[in-house]
Amino acid sequence: MLLAAAIIFPILRGRMKRAARLQQQSEEQARRELTQPIAINPGDPRVKTKLFWASDSNDSTLAPVTVDLPLSNDPVLRAKQVLNTLLAGPVDAELRTLPPEAVLLAFYLLPDGTAIADFSEAMATSVPSGIVSEQLAVNSITRTLEANVPQVRRMKILIHGQEVETLAGHLDLTGTFVVNTNLAQTPQKPAPTPSRR
Amino acid sequence: MLIEVGNILRVRSLFLIVLPSLALLGAVMVSPSQAPSQASTPSAPSPQGVAAGSVPSPFGAQAQQAGLNIVVLDPAHGGTDSGARGTGGIRESEIVLDFAIQVRHALEAQGFQVVQTRQGNEDPSFDDRSATANAQRGAVFVTLHVSSTGVPGSARVYVNSELPPVTDSNGMIPWDRAQAPFLDLSRKLGDLVQGFLAQHFRGSPESAQTATVRQLRTTAAPAIAVEISSVTVGDRADLDRMAPGVADAIARGAAAFKPSYVVPNTRGGLQ
Repeated sequence: MLLAAAIIFPILRGRMKRAARLQQQSEEQARRELTQPIAINPGDPRVKTKLFWASDSNDSTLAPVTVDLPLSNDPVLRAKQVLNTLLAGPVDAELRTLPPEAVLLAFYLLPDGTAIADFSEAMATSVPSGIVSEQLAVNSITRTLEANVPQVRRMKILIHGQEVETLAGHLDLTGTFVVNTNLAQTPQKPAPTPSRR
Repeated sequence: MLIEVGNILRVRSLFLIVLPSLALLGAVMVSPSQAPSQASTPSAPSPQGVAAGSVPSPFGAQAQQAGLNIVVLDPAHGGTDSGARGTGGIRESEIVLDFAIQVRHALEAQGFQVVQTRQGNEDPSFDDRSATANAQRGAVFVTLHVSSTGVPGSARVYVNSELPPVTDSNGMIPWDRAQAPFLDLSRKLGDLVQGFLAQHFRGSPESAQTATVRQLRTTAAPAIAVEISSVTVGDRADLDRMAPGVADAIARGAAAFKPSYVVPNTRGGLQ
């Protein structure tokens, strides 16, 4: 019996280590896929894209900056492209509205026009705390989406996949933010579920 | 689930709030059928503070009316939550607590009773702070903040952004939208206080702004957030020098708001 245990135990230990490595690789692979920046496809048509950053380093207003970007026609890809460009920041770093270390982890668009934008924890921990700065951060996201992705009616912000009470202690993240004011007043009925036969 | 106002301090989940007086709702709430039009075309309150198209008081002609007597003062953050922090070690939670002392004195000089959500370095939850206000009759709520950004030496007032209308006709409003019936009054209070702040502090706007402020959403009273700029000042004394002006603006704003906000008493209630 001792001989059998001496033979089996190392085999079992080896299998456990291999399984742990595989699991780590698959988690790492998933994380890498999620945070992979959406490649700009040069084949996409170039569009005048409006991005909203701070108008002044001491101001609480936003100003649009128009750049030519190749954007996808797919609304989800398009939203990811514009938000990643927004996160990359303006030429003048003083006018940045979102923290440079924040990452868009995921973006979903529901049939009723509700968008779900999932950001990394840095979005909550690195945004300057205060009503004006937190509101400015959210407004820069909503106005950029409004200007470039008309399919988005409202937006829900998650932090690392979770709903949080506030962005950095002040701004309420438990609800949704209106993006497209015209469409948001006439909510669509949810798409009918297909019947099974 | 019905919960008496007196027990609101123990409420931890989303329950319906039972306001002790339907007449209070009549002063600030519109009937469900009229809610959409009221929301788009707000009417000016009558001298008694009752909005046009409101639900009549259930207490009849014998109802007495009390004025605004209480200001619930909320120094934001506290405990392990220091709020905004400056490079010089300036902490929002400490500054607003010091500001609250002067604001309290100014309000008491105007004849208001002041209730604070915290006296020391404790950190009540958002709901507990709202519960302090929601347990009062005829109160307004003022939460004090210091920002990380903004023009140093300026001050801004925020009121909550639009909330989905409350359509329950049984005198109850959901906790998570308790501020909804009070948005117009909050805006009025906010504009008054902001006007006085603009007189004291150059670079401050002339009227209140809207923002989705978590603390205001669950407060069933006229509620504003006052945010002073900012913790990035090199010397904390620059912020301390703002305290008398902030205190004066809030006190004068509350006093100017008082005629607009009349709270009917229940029979045999507090005078």
